Amino acid sequence: MYNEQIKFELENSPLMPRIVELKERNYADKDAYADAPQDYADAMDSYDRILDVVGDIMENVVAPNAEAVDAEGPHCENGRVRYAEKTYENLQTMIQAGLNGVTMPRRYNGLNIPVTVYTAANEMVSAADAGFENIWSLQDCIETLYCFGSEEQRQKYIPRVCAGETMSMDLTEPDAGSDLQSVMLKATYDEGNDCWRLNGSKRFITNGDSDIHLVLARSEAGTRDGRGLSMFIYDKRDGGVDVRRIENKLGIHGSPTCELVYKNAKCELCGDRKLGLIKYVMSLMNGARLGIAAQSVGLSQAAYSEAVSYARDRRQFGKAIIEFPAVQEMIGNIRCKLDAGRALLYQTARYVDIYKALEDIARERKLEPEERQELKKYQKLADAFTPLAKGMNSEYCNQNAYDCIQVHGGSGFMLEYACQRIYRDARITSIYEGTTQLQTVAAIRYVTNGMYASVIADYEQQAESIADTDVLDRIKAMAAQFNAATAAVKETENQEVLDLCARHLYEMAADVIMSHLLLQNAAKNQSLFARSLALYLNHAQADISKHATFINNVVSQGCEAYRAE
Amino acid sequence: MKLNIVVLAKQVPDTRNVGPDAMTPEGTVNRSALPAIFNPEDLNALEQALRLKDANPGTTVHVITMGPGRAAEVIREAMYRGADGGYLLTDRAFAGADTLATSYALSTAIQHVCPNVDLIIGGRQAIDGDTAQVGPQVAEKLGMNQITYTEEVLSLEDGVITVRRHIDGGVETVQSPLPVVLTVNGSAAPCRPRNVRRVMQFKRALAPMELAPGTGYSDLPYAGQYEQKPYLKIAQLTCADVNADLQQCGLAGSPTKVKAVENIVFKAKESKVLTDSDEDINGLIVELLASHTIG
Repeated sequence: MYNEQIKFELENSPLMPRIVELKERNYADKDAYADAPQDYADAMDSYDRILDVVGDIMENVVAPNAEAVDAEGPHCENGRVRYAEKTYENLQTMIQAGLNGVTMPRRYNGLNIPVTVYTAANEMVSAADAGFENIWSLQDCIETLYCFGSEEQRQKYIPRVCAGETMSMDLTEPDAGSDLQSVMLKATYDEGNDCWRLNGSKRFITNGDSDIHLVLARSEAGTRDGRGLSMFIYDKRDGGVDVRRIENKLGIHGSPTCELVYKNAKCELCGDRKLGLIKYVMSLMNGARLGIAAQSVGLSQAAYSEAVSYARDRRQFGKAIIEFPAVQEMIGNIRCKLDAGRALLYQTARYVDIYKALEDIARERKLEPEERQELKKYQKLADAFTPLAKGMNSEYCNQNAYDCIQVHGGSGFMLEYACQRIYRDARITSIYEGTTQLQTVAAIRYVTNGMYASVIADYEQQAESIADTDVLDRIKAMAAQFNAATAAVKETENQEVLDLCARHLYEMAADVIMSHLLLQNAAKNQSLFARSLALYLNHAQADISKHATFINNVVSQGCEAYRAE
Repeated sequence: MKLNIVVLAKQVPDTRNVGPDAMTPEGTVNRSALPAIFNPEDLNALEQALRLKDANPGTTVHVITMGPGRAAEVIREAMYRGADGGYLLTDRAFAGADTLATSYALSTAIQHVCPNVDLIIGGRQAIDGDTAQVGPQVAEKLGMNQITYTEEVLSLEDGVITVRRHIDGGVETVQSPLPVVLTVNGSAAPCRPRNVRRVMQFKRALAPMELAPGTGYSDLPYAGQYEQKPYLKIAQLTCADVNADLQQCGLAGSPTKVKAVENIVFKAKESKVLTDSDEDINGLIVELLASHTIG
């Protein structure tokens, strides 16, 4: 599970020393905590060992349990969730290993590891069992409580999460899915008991019977939009929230998806009133989107491993099917999309790490002017890259799971190989935490304002010294197609054309960026990445030409033919 | 009740995943081709010890292992999982020990480092020797009760331990007063995982034998850590440290003599040729059912 590619992503970025130095405040904890690193090398060694423990648990406990968890699924009994039996073993093992609240500072019993390292763990958990990953990775909700909660709330809740209590984020309602501004769950202030109360219901809540909930609710009576929403912390120990039912889903059976009923449930306000959606949930969602990107890469890795192992074993026409070019193309496509998507995932995680660490330092002291510059730069990059990493990897893992079943042929359609679970589990990734269509909405402004183009230009400059000219020329040609298509769409000054072409422009930008990232990786390690780079360039060039053709047609024809009948 | 627990653990070659080069042409185990691992049933034993520690605050769990310098890895591994510390019993004089000499060395060391021991817990047997003799012999030498094939410690109250044993065709529940030696069966609960915080805390723990010849802790990277955190120095014991009688140690103390080692090669006369006829298949199924190989 803890493979060479993941190790490479952790060890080889020039950003990593800066990330660790910021996260560790120049190694200020080294004498106060026995587990704190002494310096950069020591920190990297510790991360490596942590991930080795994760890989070990995934191989020996979680992956072997995955089939049974998928078959049993969770149960709803008397308003409570009972997980599948083996889920409890998975959770208990993670608690014993100390793998909860891992990004939190040591003073709250966290491990203080960077998001990048947590992402690597997340990817491995997902490769073992994507449904279990949902439950485990909801621990990153604690980031939002840490960022916006009071010190009292931090001290009350963070150590509990580090000890293994689970979390959920209660956002969706029957009439508020993608459009969270319509959330109607009512929060009222109870003067007599000096606390807030929640009344109403929520739907599709992942791990909805968790110990600690972050709840989006309408605190401002009479309002209808996002400005009337606040965020609350509900502690299951206080009671008042019941599970009405759990959904019967296509995939991720390990993770209970709940309908919740709030009956005058006591809760605490987190942060300021009215900032629930516009500030806190946006931050929560960005973290969750990076989590889904990691979950997707894990699923792609699982699809790749299953496809290769089957293709090596299965013999037809007198040889292993992996010998046939038609099978090699499918497996090669999985491999290159996996490596390209993974490079994008970790680049995003590193950008997130730098800005989050600086943001946290800003809570302790005033930042220097150059630190403020740095914070701004990486926050922008993180905002621009997160929807790419989430959207592209979730689409890729679906494509990869599809190809994985195709490699298995008829056996893949039967419910006997892991590929069918991977296929079902992958399906949700491009839907929850914002569909791919909404990732496109989030990303399109970085197409039109030239942000992606300037990142690409920057990467091109870096590539001059490391790349073969013909490889770089191919990527430059793709970038030129992307820029031309962007200009053509903008020139129409037609919002409808832009909306229709947005997904295509988004994928073009992502293709070019991932080509560059793979190129950077291959320059450092030919044996790991040269093949994926070659295959990915073939894929990306063809893909970009396809999008360019589509956009040209829409620009010249208009959108009329697409309008709803 | 605070307990003093000693866990017996051995570093063994991983004989479960053998490749073609697992044996030398002379018929001995090719240790360099097999990764060295924590003997699997000793991990089951460690788990039972750690559960007793969880249930009885103040309890200490120490691992004793006999072997070369690299066997200290077993002690670190146990510390990552929750043991308080350990002792590396290492001396050229211990080399070549059979089970008698091994149990002599271990029991002498236990008397030396933990005279008030309440429980000694080890795996049923090691996967390289498969004798299952060391635990019982340690009990005999120390004059302690022994419970073999332990599957679970059910309770420990007022100095009496209740244990479920895994025996042929079923289970048996037995009791013993402390002190007692338990040997733990592979069907017992698997060992808990390494705890990452403990891994970070103890990752640099080293026994003196692991240092390059002629160097000390002060020559290591992060040397200051060994001064600030004495637990990073893994205790090491020689024959002389535990006042062991040289005549009873190692090869000298081992009455077992290996006369010859033979590779077992199944010959044609020991095998049966079956066709894919219904008759042959039915016959095979009946035979396998009768021998309880299947069903």
